[in-house]
Amino acid sequence: MSETALDAGFFLRWMTAVAASVDREAPRLTELDSAIGDADHGSNLQRGFAAVVKTLEAEPPGTPGAVLTMAGRQLISTVGGASGPLYGTLLRRTGKALGDADSVTADELRAALRTGVDAVAQLGGSAPGDATMLDALDPAVEALATSFRAAAEAAGQGAEATVPLQARKGRASYLGERSVGHQDPGATSSALLFTALAETAEQEAAK
Amino acid sequence: MKMLINVPESVVADALRGMAVAHPDLVVDVENRVVVRRDAPVGGKVALVSGGGSGHEPLHGGFVGAGMLDAACPGEVFTSPVPDQMVGAAAAVDSGAGVLFVVKNYTGDVLNFRMAAELAEDEGVQVATVVVNDDVAVTDSLHTAGRRGTGATLFVEKIAGAAAAEGAPLDRVAGLARRVVESSRSFGVALSSCTTPAKGGPMFDLPAGELELGVGIHGEPGRERRPMMTAGEIADYAVEAVLADLRPGHPVLVLVNGMGGTPLLELYGFAAEVHRVLGERGVPVARTLVGNYVTSLDMAGCSVTLCQVDEELLRLWDAPVRTPALRWGC
Repeated sequence: MSETALDAGFFLRWMTAVAASVDREAPRLTELDSAIGDADHGSNLQRGFAAVVKTLEAEPPGTPGAVLTMAGRQLISTVGGASGPLYGTLLRRTGKALGDADSVTADELRAALRTGVDAVAQLGGSAPGDATMLDALDPAVEALATSFRAAAEAAGQGAEATVPLQARKGRASYLGERSVGHQDPGATSSALLFTALAETAEQEAAK
Repeated sequence: MKMLINVPESVVADALRGMAVAHPDLVVDVENRVVVRRDAPVGGKVALVSGGGSGHEPLHGGFVGAGMLDAACPGEVFTSPVPDQMVGAAAAVDSGAGVLFVVKNYTGDVLNFRMAAELAEDEGVQVATVVVNDDVAVTDSLHTAGRRGTGATLFVEKIAGAAAAEGAPLDRVAGLARRVVESSRSFGVALSSCTTPAKGGPMFDLPAGELELGVGIHGEPGRERRPMMTAGEIADYAVEAVLADLRPGHPVLVLVNGMGGTPLLELYGFAAEVHRVLGERGVPVARTLVGNYVTSLDMAGCSVTLCQVDEELLRLWDAPVRTPALRWGC
């Protein structure tokens, strides 16, 4: 993994890329959620990340940690449902773990994301294999040791791997066996975080 | 599906503006989405705050007023509110005697209220939380998010609200609320799907000649689907399911609750059948409430909630209440 320094500007571009990708994929998230939930995952995350970008643009924070902490707090304040606290905790705890350094390495980001993902597991009381966000987040953080692109691919595969699983957490769990055969919307949106991260890093490298 | 709305994005805000004009006893903050009784904070009184996704009206905003809730926090349709709403509500209603959060057992509600409780405590508000989980249709609670909160929420808010109005301290109000949860069980059925404004069509497919037994208030699937049954047969099934999980040694409060799309004519007929089954099972009925209280948008169907009451709980149930949706004795 490269030792390129990732500064606050990189993290701002990453969050903006996530917002754009959530906008693009909202109909698909909503469609997945309508099969096993209440068809609002796309619109809830759209509202949340739009608010994140608006806040970050109004007062751009000076450090990577502050960008993610502010983004997380904004998601908690605007999304609602289970996704708000879970996504908000992921970014907020990752941001806090990054501390107040002006820039961080990819390895430092990976370690901080591990803290964030563990916090999500603890808050949701779930583990990989329950057909949740964690099925994309967990392998993505592992694969980040190789490259940003590998992390994006691992997240995508992790999301697809929820199709044969029975949901054990959240509203989809009430479907029992009827949740089998559906890709989890939360795992799918979690993969977007890592796709956007890889795109941001690749654009950075191309400069 | 035709709906009486402007655009799907503004349904919650539009409804709150309507509540404001219809109920001058309430202060409705449309922007921050908090409904507060106008005379809050009531000096020396424990305050009750609840909230949840919209689409279950009159729950929770319709239960704000003397003898019940001090504030309610409506989220987007079927989406829990955010912690900022509950923190704002708690600050507005806390008299210094503390705040009880009444939370229905859904992952989103539990997480957002938990975050709100931490934030409110940081601001010096004493918070206790009670989680309502009365839906017996969920049998596999180890491998799901657990039993859902439905009709018993009304009993909890009324009885705990009455105790708070009498001046009971926070630990006692919370203890009574937990006793009501432990003494209450519900079972719901759907005759049709609900229609969410965002989707504009049915949330799930239910064939014309079938009903869903054990449905949740967000269209969560229940125990099974069967060919359509009569009101009497549905009452047999639903009351049986509730009594299998609750063995009353006292009389019960009965809530025959409409899901939003079933006429009162049918609900009263169903209530008579519920009484017949309870009579056959030797369960005495203390009080009966019939109407649309914990709804699921336009879903046709109903739920039955039984709450086992001793003299104290019954006295608190009968105590005066003055809210948009529940009003007696004052």
